[in-house]
Amino acid sequence: MEVDARNVKQLLRILGERYPELAPHLEHDSFAVAIDGEIFQDVWFAPIGPDSEIHLIPAIRGG
Amino acid sequence: MNDMTNPNLVERELKIVGTRPLRPDGVDKVTGRAKFGADMHLPNMLFGRVLRSPHAHARIKSIDASRALALKGVKAVVTSADLCDLPSEFIPAGEMMVNFKDMTRNVMAREKALYEGHAVAAVAAVSDAVAAQALSLIEVDYEVLPHVMDVNEAMQADAPLLHDDMYTIGVEPTPEKPSNIAKRVEFGFGDLEAGFAEADVIVEREFTTKPVHQGYIEPHACVASVSEDGQAELWCTTQGQFIVRAFCAKLLGMEVSQLRVTASEIGGGFGGKTVVYLEPLALALSRKACQPVKMVMSRTEVFQASGPTSGASIWVKVGATKDGRITAGDALLKYQAGAFQGSPVQPGAMCAFAPYDLDNVRIVGFDVVVNRPKVAAYRAPGGPIAEFAVESVIDEVAMKISIDPVEFRLKNAAQEGTRAPYGPKLGPIGLVQTLEAARAHAHYSAPLKANQGRGVASGFWFNIGGETCASLNLGEDGSVAMVVGTPDIGGSRASLSMMAAEELGIQLEHVHPIIGDTSALGFNFLTGGSRVTFSSGMAVVQAARDVIEQLRDRAAKIWEVPLADVEWVEGHARCTGPGEARSLSLAELARTAGKTGGPIIGNAAINATGAGPSLATHLVDVEVDPETGKVTILRYTAIQDAGKAIHPAYVEGQMQGGAVQGIGWALNEEYIYDDKGHLLNPGFLDYRIPVCSDVPMIDTVIVEVPNPRHPYGVRGVGETPIIPPMGAIANAVSHATGIRFTDLPMSPPHVLATIEAQQGK
Repeated sequence: MEVDARNVKQLLRILGERYPELAPHLEHDSFAVAIDGEIFQDVWFAPIGPDSEIHLIPAIRGG
Repeated sequence: MNDMTNPNLVERELKIVGTRPLRPDGVDKVTGRAKFGADMHLPNMLFGRVLRSPHAHARIKSIDASRALALKGVKAVVTSADLCDLPSEFIPAGEMMVNFKDMTRNVMAREKALYEGHAVAAVAAVSDAVAAQALSLIEVDYEVLPHVMDVNEAMQADAPLLHDDMYTIGVEPTPEKPSNIAKRVEFGFGDLEAGFAEADVIVEREFTTKPVHQGYIEPHACVASVSEDGQAELWCTTQGQFIVRAFCAKLLGMEVSQLRVTASEIGGGFGGKTVVYLEPLALALSRKACQPVKMVMSRTEVFQASGPTSGASIWVKVGATKDGRITAGDALLKYQAGAFQGSPVQPGAMCAFAPYDLDNVRIVGFDVVVNRPKVAAYRAPGGPIAEFAVESVIDEVAMKISIDPVEFRLKNAAQEGTRAPYGPKLGPIGLVQTLEAARAHAHYSAPLKANQGRGVASGFWFNIGGETCASLNLGEDGSVAMVVGTPDIGGSRASLSMMAAEELGIQLEHVHPIIGDTSALGFNFLTGGSRVTFSSGMAVVQAARDVIEQLRDRAAKIWEVPLADVEWVEGHARCTGPGEARSLSLAELARTAGKTGGPIIGNAAINATGAGPSLATHLVDVEVDPETGKVTILRYTAIQDAGKAIHPAYVEGQMQGGAVQGIGWALNEEYIYDDKGHLLNPGFLDYRIPVCSDVPMIDTVIVEVPNPRHPYGVRGVGETPIIPPMGAIANAVSHATGIRFTDLPMSPPHVLATIEAQQGK
């Protein structure tokens, strides 16, 4: 899908509005956002470019 | 695409980074002066002990501690009633989302004991002997329940149910009945059917792995002291003092600022010290007794009650064309979570096929609870299990199409721009370089004898960043106290000091690293995820640049020139403006700091992003004794992309340590339970981790494909090296015997039985 968002926080807000059933997960679940392949965890203001490819993926922690 | 250039990248010739100085904490470690978890003593200190369930699964009908409390010298008893109960929801704690309903029940059993060794009550007394005696006086009335230990059995509809409120998430519609399956995950893309139809060769195999413990030499230990006004201090062996603070505060109903946590030196963690066991109990006991309380686990308790990584049941199918192109990959992963949800099946699924560039791929995973201790993170959690199975099948496919296994991997290797099975495209990575280094290594062409075999396997791990702070305090003599918030497990004091010295342009011995407690810095995520040299390194570099900016400003004021006319070169401020050449050293500027504006402190508080994955390829030669089934590791070479090795010796140490832990996982380590769910080998005599005589010198080759997001190009290196060993060794054993080995560990009885079965004995 295409979303007009300039940063991660805007992206999550728009997704929550478009898919209300997702909203609680977007607020409470632990996940990361990959912007053009670079993974951001808990970074609301990571910039999103006009042609960026976005993936929501599970958060990675490690050991 | 994001711009992958880094304006902060250091491009000058490096003087300290990349060298091999002695570690700053070396003297304390080799003289015994370093204080580990059990080395802390406080005046008037009590000794705590934990009463643990003798049953693998039992309802707790009642607990009567009155006789224990009446024993002379007993100062406090706590049960689950002394910890907060919290609803089943994931809420933030530090940087993690945590289900505190599960955490409080794992720390202390509430309605049910869910594994042998599950904590049921704890006692604090004037001596360890009195505390032990008191445990025997606590009466617990259990209703013993059927238990389940195996992941496949636990998934059956008629299996004993651990949690009657667990409904599988990740399936539509949500099941009407509870089960032991906590979660289903799926990743992938493409058309599997078409991919397999295109294949000339398809290999399909089932695998099993056993739970294995992180095997840290230092048991869990802590000292807690809670004052009458609720202020608390805690000293403990941990990978993350800030995470311990977050967890304990929540479990005890405290504000985080009431609790100051200091990380002791740590005798190994490998992911197993990212959770809490004793710490909240010691705090609860101290709060009741109003005296400090010390608690130390025995080795038996470590095995019975602290988290190993998952055992698993895995199915993998790979198809390829005759000319060596993989057409499809499919995998099913079923991971044991232990008694509470949260196995690492998700990251395992994400990295199962990540070393390869595939058009058609699917990985399905299940997170399944069983009556075993709750799993904890272990180096690249989930990855070694999945990649063992995939690397074994990759090897078999290469054999079937008669292509060299390194060449086969090179033909299919993930590179920059490859779409990972979990969705995003990968940035710059170094798998191809590790494979090329393997192919060129003398090891790869060395001759083998009868009963010997060579194996190769690759591995992928993500690496992470996260919240990180650092502070550089410039002393009046020009020395620097460097405070970071990530415990030093793998030599990070050295690597971080080196980056600070390199930035400031001073000698390394003038930087003195300190691991700060939770009151010294802002929040730091833990030492894990191979993040410390990357994230704390990034913070240290930023803090050093903050110091430099302040020093330039002071010099500009002294010289009465614009700031733009002052540059920082090799530890000196230099005036670039017109007139006579002028220079002030860092030490000279530090000496006059009081007169030029006050003390100079450089700070950084960041959420580090841009961690680059690290990939590795391992080579191993084994000899299999057909009479006994014993597998001997003859030669081992670990090759890994480190991005930039700040301190190459410690990178090599990580590679060697990961390889050795993988050797143990592959050949010997397993938990042996009886039919009642009692662990029969809770000690290092019977749970056999490798010792020096079991392993040759592990040769290492560091490949450096810089991570463009770090000032020095760093990638985390701590986790990736444990991923390839199991696959590489299984492939080597298979080549030595002509039999494909699919079940770990490949211990002598297992190998011998497999050989004899093949021979029809």
